[in-house]
Amino acid sequence: MNIAVVLKQVPDLVEGLEIDVSGKAVDPSSVRYILSESDDHALEEALIIKEHVGGRVEVFSLDTGEAKEAMVTALAKGADHAVMVNAGLDSAPDNHTAAQVFASIFRDKRFDLILTGVRAIDDMDGSLGGLIAGFLDLPYVGLIRKVQVEAGGTTLIEKEYPGGCAAELAVTPPAVLGIQAAERPPRYVPITRLRQMMKTASVEELLVAPATLQPIGVVRLFKPEEGAGAVMLTGSLEAISQQVIGLIAERHLLR
Amino acid sequence: MNNDIVVVAEHFRGQLNEITFELLGKGREVAKGLGGKLIVLLLGQDLRGFISELGGADVVLAADGQEFREFTPDIYSSLIGSKLKETSPRLVLLGSTSAGLDLLGLLSGRCAFPCIDSCVRLEAKDSGLIATSQVYGGKVFVEVALPAETTLVAVVPGSFDPAAGRIKGNPQVQALATPPDMPASRVAFRKLIEPPPGDVDITIAPMLVGVGRGIQNADNLSLAEELAAALGGAVCASRPVIDQGWLPLTRQVGKSGMRVKPKLYLAFGISGAPEHLEGMKQSEMIIAVNTDPNAPIFSAAHYGVVADALDLLPALTEEIHKTSMKKAS
Amino acid sequence: MSTLQSPAIPEMPAVLFPEIARAEENFRTCIQCGVCSGSCPMSEAMEFPPRKAVRMLLEGRFDAVAKSNTPWLCVSCHTCTARCPSKLLISDGLFPALRAAVMDIGLPLDQDLQTALQKTYLYGNPMGEGPNKRTDWAKTSGVPVPVLAQVRRPVDVLWIVECYPSFDPRGQAISRLLARILNLLRVDFAILGREERCVGDCEWLAGERGLFEMMVERNIETLGKYHFKEIVLTDPHAYRSLRNVYPSMGAKYVVKHYTEFLRERMDQLKPLLKKKLNVTVTYHDSCCLGRKMSQYEDPRTLLKAIPGAKLVEMSPNRESALCCGGGGSTVYLDHFIQERVKDRLADRRVRQAAATGAGVLAVACPFEPSRFEDGVKMTGYEGKLVVRDIIELLAESMELM
Repeated sequence: MNIAVVLKQVPDLVEGLEIDVSGKAVDPSSVRYILSESDDHALEEALIIKEHVGGRVEVFSLDTGEAKEAMVTALAKGADHAVMVNAGLDSAPDNHTAAQVFASIFRDKRFDLILTGVRAIDDMDGSLGGLIAGFLDLPYVGLIRKVQVEAGGTTLIEKEYPGGCAAELAVTPPAVLGIQAAERPPRYVPITRLRQMMKTASVEELLVAPATLQPIGVVRLFKPEEGAGAVMLTGSLEAISQQVIGLIAERHLLR
Repeated sequence: MNNDIVVVAEHFRGQLNEITFELLGKGREVAKGLGGKLIVLLLGQDLRGFISELGGADVVLAADGQEFREFTPDIYSSLIGSKLKETSPRLVLLGSTSAGLDLLGLLSGRCAFPCIDSCVRLEAKDSGLIATSQVYGGKVFVEVALPAETTLVAVVPGSFDPAAGRIKGNPQVQALATPPDMPASRVAFRKLIEPPPGDVDITIAPMLVGVGRGIQNADNLSLAEELAAALGGAVCASRPVIDQGWLPLTRQVGKSGMRVKPKLYLAFGISGAPEHLEGMKQSEMIIAVNTDPNAPIFSAAHYGVVADALDLLPALTEEIHKTSMKKAS
Repeated sequence: MSTLQSPAIPEMPAVLFPEIARAEENFRTCIQCGVCSGSCPMSEAMEFPPRKAVRMLLEGRFDAVAKSNTPWLCVSCHTCTARCPSKLLISDGLFPALRAAVMDIGLPLDQDLQTALQKTYLYGNPMGEGPNKRTDWAKTSGVPVPVLAQVRRPVDVLWIVECYPSFDPRGQAISRLLARILNLLRVDFAILGREERCVGDCEWLAGERGLFEMMVERNIETLGKYHFKEIVLTDPHAYRSLRNVYPSMGAKYVVKHYTEFLRERMDQLKPLLKKKLNVTVTYHDSCCLGRKMSQYEDPRTLLKAIPGAKLVEMSPNRESALCCGGGGSTVYLDHFIQERVKDRLADRRVRQAAATGAGVLAVACPFEPSRFEDGVKMTGYEGKLVVRDIIELLAESMELM
């Protein structure tokens, strides 16, 4: 199986983020970027497929300044090749723009499966995987928790539904899959190996024509009002407990 | 482009999903404002039972066939896409759901329609239609002005009032014909996998004690169990707890889990990411406990406490016992 | 009484991780006496207790040991290393190397441990808290807590607060009290604030030598920007790291555990200990401060200086004290260990403390208050035995609460 995995860097929420002066975007200087969590799962699932049926895993990422470590980590985990795509972008674009770039790359390459995380925290205009599939007229299924390739190439997937249910679907490659969770937690790379590989690994740089789509019209970004929302209870643990139980009793919910 | 609003209906296991009614209610409102029709796209098999529930629609375009019985993204998007390109409505409303999100990207890419995801608010202002999406783990809202062309909007379940869309009636039904050149499906439904039967149905429990990452490890679950027992309720959890295997799938609340509307939802150590809120934000009373005063859960909760769940859980259990002892004496 | 500063044991990184292929060379002096297994508090739960593990390594059966539960049950209490007649580095040589080898082969790791390591890599602390939150604890301390990057001048004391005391609520409470004590003693101190990253030995004990080296490089660079006479800290793991390992990687500082630092100021401290506490106290020698770094007397001196405090000794104590189970990286393996060990180490130690008749179990390591308080609940001594860091007892007597 020839598998492509698309990786995206997203703001790390642990460090918090601020809205820039224009009010229309996140201030890039206020954020630190990390690999989108479900993309990490997509990579893991791709490596699992390769372990089971053999093949090749190539990872792709847009070059917006912070992706090299994710690329090298992917190689350290067992990916065969890494491609940094230079589309002349200095900041993370919306998914339509990114999908257009990747669609142009994948149009000429023969991948059986293209895997990416089903969602990233900064998705505003649809999932990257769905858009790539739409542009290339490939099938797409998202919210996947398991991928099993049968002899002959038919790909069985489990797609999550609410209530803990899932549907088993059979997909005919080539196809794009939006991964929610890999079958196992993403594997660990010892830092010694990662540091070594940061010095020695080679990542292919692929130059493509700059993207041309217009991003969707953002009016403004804003944070939820602090204070709007819950009535905060304060005091000692005992005092708070009494208040909470009091609230419950008021509604006649205490037995 | 006309002023019609299209709603892509969703159903699962013989029932129309509540999101469909949320979209119908909002769709009617927007259609009325624009002077357009409200059209429902309904794909499936044996659809007659659904039609009478879609009284809020002006027209129901129905594709009734074995091949549509279960949702599969390939032919669904092919058929819906060709219809949308043919009719160019103002707005297409879908659920930000497992099925809806598959369709969103596919339709947007195939038909070159712009799309907006994670919508929680939709308003008609003088300047036009404004959609508000909730992103970055619930920490940021984005207001977007819908462009002046057919736009797809995926709405987070629980954002609009379903009652506004539950109108019984006899909408006009037209067959949604499959175009002769529609390609064969590349995605086939094989079977439905149900979670192993759980001991507790959290969707009917009147009171729920929800635990998240803040519970730290499986051993601390007993603290939650004790409080739940004292209340006569059940323990449920956000996704991270379920992923760790500390509780079975049937206890998961959220986008991929259960939707619950108990009288009381106590959230312990749950940050309040949108995927979880979707599953419980309509609870009658929500009391959230988290060590982070900026946790998004506090904007959804009625009452909040900045404290360590591991401290408050036993304190609450004790308080309940004290109170019931007082009552008894 | 003069302090016995333990000689700086040269712990070269190369020795920390003997390549398993060279195990024969590094461990050939093992006489298979079994003192290690006999001393190990976890040996019963291990598939291959220490003595057997060494034997198997020498026989070239590394694979079996690596795949067993043995590497992950060691709590780094160093009893084996302290007692080995051939002076083999077992808990802090063989076991980290086994863990490193497991990671290298690519065997799956315990998820709690993996998460802690990944978070340390990204944020410099295993809890995954943003570095900006390092000073949150100080906001409610009631006294100034200067940050080096802001005061921009040489200070006498750099207080390295470390991760638990910065982010864990129980640890934060103790940090606030130490800040008040330092202020009252008019110590010219500052903290690193958001520049602080984990200094301790947890990463290399866990087998992540690369991560530890990365942290050391980063910390040496940060510390190199500032001028200070000595470093004071509450975390014995950070203490051991800075005293014994950092010099071999190019950075030598004067490093003191807070018990030594305060004991040096006894003349100033004693008159401030006004309130009589009327408690019977027993002191737990933590593995790292005690057995590894031989610091036994300063904590006791401080306790005896508190008016109304009567000090009684647990059995065993000092070099033979029983580990709390917190270890270097074991805090992240709690779930793994608890699934395999019936009698938790912390519970065993609490029973030993209760047997002295003391009402207070005094500790001087940030991992311990929570562990022992859990132990008190589990063993049914709630209400009879409380756990206090020495800082809390001093602060109470100094009326700083």
